Amino acid sequence: MQSVDSSQRFWLTRPFRERATQLFLGVLFAALLLVTVLHLAVPQGHPLHVTAYTVNLFGKYLSYALLAVSVDLVWGYLGILSLGHGAFFAIGGYAMGMYLMRQIGDRGTYGDPVLPDFMVFLNWDSLPWYWLGFDMAWFAFVMVLVAPGLLALVFGFLAFRSRVTGVYLSIITQALTFALMLAFFRNEMGFGGNNGLTDFRELLGFDLRTDATRLGLFLATGVALALGYILCRAIVTSKLGRVSVATRDAEARTRFLGYRVERFQLFVFVVSAMLAGLAGALYVPQVGIINPSEFSPIFSIEIVLWVALGGRATLYGAVIGALLVNYAKTVFTGIMPDAWLFALGALFVFVTVFLPKGVAGLLAHRKRKTQEQKNQARKPQEATT
Amino acid sequence: MSLIDSLKDRDRVFDFMAPQASPVDVRHGPILYMEDVTVSFDGFKAINNLNLTIDDGELRCIIGPNGAGKTTMMDIITGKTQPTQGSVWFGSRHNLLTMNEPEIASLGIGRKFQKPTVFEALSVFHNLELAMAADKRILPTLTARMTGEIRDRIEEVLETIGLTALRHQPAGILSHGQKQWLEIGMLLMQRPRLLLVDEPVAGMTEQEMERTAELLTGLAGQQSVVVVEHDMGFVRSIARQVTVLHQGSVLAEGTMDEVSSDPSVVEVYLGADDGEAA
Repeated sequence: MQSVDSSQRFWLTRPFRERATQLFLGVLFAALLLVTVLHLAVPQGHPLHVTAYTVNLFGKYLSYALLAVSVDLVWGYLGILSLGHGAFFAIGGYAMGMYLMRQIGDRGTYGDPVLPDFMVFLNWDSLPWYWLGFDMAWFAFVMVLVAPGLLALVFGFLAFRSRVTGVYLSIITQALTFALMLAFFRNEMGFGGNNGLTDFRELLGFDLRTDATRLGLFLATGVALALGYILCRAIVTSKLGRVSVATRDAEARTRFLGYRVERFQLFVFVVSAMLAGLAGALYVPQVGIINPSEFSPIFSIEIVLWVALGGRATLYGAVIGALLVNYAKTVFTGIMPDAWLFALGALFVFVTVFLPKGVAGLLAHRKRKTQEQKNQARKPQEATT
Repeated sequence: MSLIDSLKDRDRVFDFMAPQASPVDVRHGPILYMEDVTVSFDGFKAINNLNLTIDDGELRCIIGPNGAGKTTMMDIITGKTQPTQGSVWFGSRHNLLTMNEPEIASLGIGRKFQKPTVFEALSVFHNLELAMAADKRILPTLTARMTGEIRDRIEEVLETIGLTALRHQPAGILSHGQKQWLEIGMLLMQRPRLLLVDEPVAGMTEQEMERTAELLTGLAGQQSVVVVEHDMGFVRSIARQVTVLHQGSVLAEGTMDEVSSDPSVVEVYLGADDGEAA
């Protein structure tokens, strides 16, 4: 009943009516608040104190969670297994990185007022045209969305128009991110080559190395995750979301009903790429560097693993998966760095065999069971009355 | 002066202002008219001088042994196959041979294929919602809201196909028969004038066949329905008019009793298949 009633509402506000979304937002904001309080109000040295380092780490996890949500949108609801979403994440990150580089100004090692250090090192005498405008924050922030969106638009247009789907599309997305990695490794590209962009100082005038700025970035990433989640929820609960699911399950039949399937695929793909770009832009100032390794095919595959672990086509499952795996990664690489890939592989095998619907599937199963128990508990009472 | 007068006449409805929902002209009776249609594939005549007329609101059953040209006939009507010669008219205005598949579909000819394909992850209600004639571009689809009018239409079709109680269940849990009805419902959402139904009861239980018979006879009147079916018992239970196809042309036409007593029909089809039952 709920889904039918809420469908009379404005599409963007529809998710607020859902119990699951309310719960998700409630938990997310409670967690943000808790971390903030434990960081600011609890004195240092106290066992409950959250250090600036941990706040920073959580901020990084949250940007990964947003990235996972964007992948779940295209994989879970549209059936497009993108193994190249790291590319959109990295491009968003580079757009932010270019802005942060321009903010350094003449405080670099070589003291050039305009050129970043690596360009001076390469003996370049002026900025390449694609670096122009990145000294303005608004332009850079627009580019964070536009650049990945544009790449997704061109790539998706060619792929979906030719009706490339399934495993072939996955392979092409993998090739896309690999090709970009090789390109960004080259110094002549003007993106810092192997070293990437680093030594950032300020974002909108705030010193990136202060604890307050780190907390601010953590909170901003949390809010971005909430907004991205709401947008994705609004899309998947709309009629367009149902057309996407129909496309995922029976593409030819959907086309037969008169929907231009390739345009719907392109739309959702571009929205997803922009969200991934936003995640990358929030990631970069928190880790302090962006380099071509973010384009590596392994990273894109890892994102898909987070979503699979958390539970596909639920959105909140993607968030859970990203947080769990990355937390495990931090712990594991601290204890025994060499074993991490084995642990990840084992985790993936375990989930595939025992939890085919991921952690979210486990939660839904629990909920159904308690519901059944409640119903059964109620039945004898009804019989006696 | 008379031209000005006619323009001033406020009761006059200009042609271009008239509603385009149903442009099919059936004032002369038949909604579908096939004359001298022949289709040959490399010399083999799948359809041979076929003449067939379907009246508006009629329920017609087409029977015939394998290879009689039933499916090819459906393909011609929906524009999938071009006949070698002959003419096919929808109402008295639309020449179907000059139109392509989407144009014919939007004109109001719906076809149900043998194997049902419904969207299993979506609810029965949403399956019907997607099938509805609506603006199917991206932004209108994203911002689409459920209006009372749309819901009434969906509820009406749910009632017709007898799936009201299951409307919030995912279509994947439906039985084979229920999926067939849902598929017919999805066709009805597009308000067709002519429904072509290919073997609707294949694989159905007795009760499901009865329900399907009720459904199809209930549809006739508002829509014209053409049913191609092998199951003679089923045809007997719904048909008022039966056409027997044999080797690409009409062998006999009439009520079930007339047809089944026709000696040539008994010879080619009924004798072998339905001898004991008749």
